[in-house]
Amino acid sequence: MILDTQLLYGLVGIFLFSLGLSSAFASSALLRRILAINVAGAGLFLLLIAVAYRGPEINPDPLPHALVLTGIVVAFSATALALALVKRLRETDDD
Amino acid sequence: MTDSLVWSIALPLSGAILSVLLPRAANGIGLASVLGSLAAALAVIWTVADQGPLTYAIGGWTPGLGIALRADGLSALLLLLSALVAVAASVYATAYFRQAEQRQRFWTLWLLLLSALHALFLAADLFNLYVTLELLGLSAAALTALSGQREALEAALRYLLLGLLGSLAFLAGVALLYTGYGSLDISTLTHRLSPGLTGWSAAALMTSGLLIKTALFPLHFWLPPAHANAPAPVSAILSALVVKAAFYLVLRLWLEPFASLSTPELVQMLGVLGAIAVIWGSWQALQAERLKLLAAYSTLAQIGYLFLFLPLILETSDETLRHAALGGLLLMALTHGLAKSALFLAAGVVQQHAGHDRIAELRGTAQALPATTFTLALAGVALIGLPPSGAFLGKWQLIAGALQAELWWMLGVVLAGSLLAAGYVFRLLGHAFGQARYPARSLSIGRQEIPALGLGLAATLLLGLFSAPVWSLLAGLAPAGGLNP
Repeated sequence: MILDTQLLYGLVGIFLFSLGLSSAFASSALLRRILAINVAGAGLFLLLIAVAYRGPEINPDPLPHALVLTGIVVAFSATALALALVKRLRETDDD
Repeated sequence: MTDSLVWSIALPLSGAILSVLLPRAANGIGLASVLGSLAAALAVIWTVADQGPLTYAIGGWTPGLGIALRADGLSALLLLLSALVAVAASVYATAYFRQAEQRQRFWTLWLLLLSALHALFLAADLFNLYVTLELLGLSAAALTALSGQREALEAALRYLLLGLLGSLAFLAGVALLYTGYGSLDISTLTHRLSPGLTGWSAAALMTSGLLIKTALFPLHFWLPPAHANAPAPVSAILSALVVKAAFYLVLRLWLEPFASLSTPELVQMLGVLGAIAVIWGSWQALQAERLKLLAAYSTLAQIGYLFLFLPLILETSDETLRHAALGGLLLMALTHGLAKSALFLAAGVVQQHAGHDRIAELRGTAQALPATTFTLALAGVALIGLPPSGAFLGKWQLIAGALQAELWWMLGVVLAGSLLAAGYVFRLLGHAFGQARYPARSLSIGRQEIPALGLGLAATLLLGLFSAPVWSLLAGLAPAGGLNP
């Protein structure tokens, strides 16, 4: 059962990652691409969290958790920068 | 002396923070921190040459959870290149930006970019490599957008999004490697990795992510607009160093952890993509109407040359051949780094002087800006690979290696690439040396012309005539067939 839960999380992570990646390449709308990259990132973090699980009695592996935390911070800043650039682009369009 | 590893990263990083706090002193802070990091890079390469590879565990934490830094001949050489180009481009930048606001923003992002770059060259584990790749991508995209013009914003956004996709693919590979082999340390993985599904998928994901970032054909389309629309000192460092950082990772990964996965077909394929990049990039540079676009397309071709070396390095059991080819590769990379930054800095001077950089209208440049035109010519000599530039020796090694490995098609590629390069360089010089009836003589702008000239001279004379240390620094690096044959 335990292994099944871990496997399920891992597979969902891989699914989200592929979904986000394919959508990021397929669509041309900027906002959509930024969101797609975020979905792919979330899938990857889910996969890493699933990897860290070692069973109900043992503490999870801390290293993947540290990676996910760092990854979230990086993804957050990258999204902020991308959105700021999109906003500036819209403003130059309006002028 | 292992402290110098930390200083080369910490000095630009603290400079970046200080330049936010004291915006008026940004020029001084910036110059002091790049000079300090050059001194640290010199200390690193001195120690590596003297005692061999260096490692340092930050804060005394053991690698695994802690962050380790490592420098061997390969990373020390690239670190020194980066610190040198950074000093020249920084001196240039003190005179380039006219608006105070733009100048302050430039320094903060610029110093962040440098500390990310230096951390990337010195990182000893895969997750730090991911973090430094992201920091590099973020600061590079922000610097590209610095002018605030529409084309620059569009190029920066495309650069950022593709860079993010590249680093996500890289991170996915890192996650797979940790799942499969329980470590992120590069040297531990080198001993543990064996051919199999996990290794293969991780190698495919990480390499394709890096190929986007290093702009290898056919993943190159983002590079020309980004490099041509950034401010001149930024273009110099993007073209000379940032694409090379991703190439360095490809090389490092395939020399160490992925060495046991490499197959002749795969390495040949990378070589063939490199060959297409050489021809395509040079051909596009020949057609380019703007000087900065010419420089950007020529970067695509030069990255192609670096990939041409891979079949000679990764698929040979002959130790001397491998060592010779690795030295040639490094010499090509170093020469291109110096020459391309010289070319972009000189292009910036031309653009500020003439108000445009349309090649067909550059008549009279040689009369008005003799030193800068000389720099363009020096950079051109290095890009074509004429003696005594470092690229001449690099191409010599490439041809010698190709003959020995019986890869005849490479000879044609090198020949065609060099002829096309001669074509685009002489087309540029032909226009620049055209006589104008009323040449607009400029007053001395030494602070901008001298750094570019220095880089051009280093690429053509210094590297060509004193290149033996490159090979001695690379001795003993990653023996043939990986560390676990």
